Amino acid sequence: MDFKNASELLALCTQQQLPISEIMRRRECQLGETARDEVTHRMKKALEIMRSSALTPLKTPVKSMGGLIGGEAKKLAQHAAKGHSICGDVLHKAAQYAMAVLEVNASMGLIVAAPTAGSAGVLPGMLFALQDRYNISDERLIDALFNAGAIGYLAMRNATVAGAVGGCQAEVGIASAMAASAAVELMGGKPEQCLDAASTVLMNMLGLVCDPVGGLVEYPCQNRNAAGVANALVAAELSLAGIHQFIPFDEMLDTMYAVGRRIPIELRETALGGCAATPSACAKCGLCS
Amino acid sequence: MSFISVFDVLGPNMIGPSSSHTAGAAVIAYLAHKMIAPPLKKVDFTLYGSFAKTYHGHGTDRALLGGIMGFSTDDTRIRNSFSIATERGLSYSFTPCETETDVHPNTVDIHMENAAGQVMTIRGESLGGGKCRIARINGVEVDFTGEYSTVIVVQQDKPGVVAHITKVLSDKGVNIAFMRLFRESKGNTAYTIVESDGHFPEGIEEPLKNNPNVHDVMIIEP
Repeated sequence: MDFKNASELLALCTQQQLPISEIMRRRECQLGETARDEVTHRMKKALEIMRSSALTPLKTPVKSMGGLIGGEAKKLAQHAAKGHSICGDVLHKAAQYAMAVLEVNASMGLIVAAPTAGSAGVLPGMLFALQDRYNISDERLIDALFNAGAIGYLAMRNATVAGAVGGCQAEVGIASAMAASAAVELMGGKPEQCLDAASTVLMNMLGLVCDPVGGLVEYPCQNRNAAGVANALVAAELSLAGIHQFIPFDEMLDTMYAVGRRIPIELRETALGGCAATPSACAKCGLCS
Repeated sequence: MSFISVFDVLGPNMIGPSSSHTAGAAVIAYLAHKMIAPPLKKVDFTLYGSFAKTYHGHGTDRALLGGIMGFSTDDTRIRNSFSIATERGLSYSFTPCETETDVHPNTVDIHMENAAGQVMTIRGESLGGGKCRIARINGVEVDFTGEYSTVIVVQQDKPGVVAHITKVLSDKGVNIAFMRLFRESKGNTAYTIVESDGHFPEGIEEPLKNNPNVHDVMIIEP
């Protein structure tokens, strides 16, 4: 059981009457020649690492290796605890968890690249925010990870998830597309709605450049993980409301890739442009001196 | 196209901050440590390209040192690898090289010396997403990733050695996925690299070594 693009994935879902998560899980068992229990066990472990990285900095903030970030997730948590959040519970928590994971990552803690280290906060942010609000079981979160994995696989196969190749739209953009699709399945949406949500995210994040200050996975990466999960929530909401996108995911993926390759090299992880080249960033960094 | 697993998307499980600059670096050094008999006494890392520029903030140095001590990408000891190396009596150094630019952007040369006095230099390239490849052994250009079970035979470039290797592997029932031969120059030291899908059977080194033109055999299991 394999699929090369989203339209083949949808055809499989329709033909087998299965959600995207289950198609992806069966594909893994079959092509990876691994038993279902083993595959589930590995995914459970990934979920546990995600949870730990999303929760730890809320109580014990850590300074990043490069010194540019640290403590943001705890600030967000305290802000909400005072009743000051203007985002609402789900978005607030999603942003808080997403930023927490990036804080752990930047301080050499343990994370799951999803699909990359620099975008590792988006998917955990989405999943744990929804779990908190809707009492979703871990088993269903694991299903959601397989759903997200299907979107990420298509991006790796048919485009790129490397910031150096396609900019931030390929990293946080794809992570957010994965999170949006996973959220739609978790909230009862159909496979085509999952792909619509993924398509919406790529549309809304198209062209986003990769411009890390000092070349480090810290700033603005952490902010962008929060923004990415916000984008994913909006896209999932649109899709669950029945708003259909007439540009399918496969076409948005091709477009994202084409745009990415046209992003100038200064804006693809080289720290030579964008945020990284602002006077304030240069004052902090010292990479060129 | 090789199979992209869901765990290639949601993974690796890794110590941050960067899959290429931290996890990939740890994998390269981990592979290198499999290629020399323990215990290691001294290791010098020369960093090129982006590794040379950003290694400190990415913890590339800690990851390399952790990998050389056998830590995998998700081992939290990587953070403390400097102090652990010191405890273990392993001396280490890092030298950024910004003059040689005609290399892959994330390249490292690892010069190792073990307690027995054996020395070896490995060049590795981190390709992104925690993937990497070994590009040189002792100055000889090679190419393998360590994702498969790999056997490396160090040999004299003489007739019959490859036949000897394939005969041993065949006798042991090993199915060869990829096999390549690299050499310094005609008649000099050569490296045969064989990759296989399954694990190699126990005790395969001895029969492989049982040839006057085979100098050494290294096994790397993923």
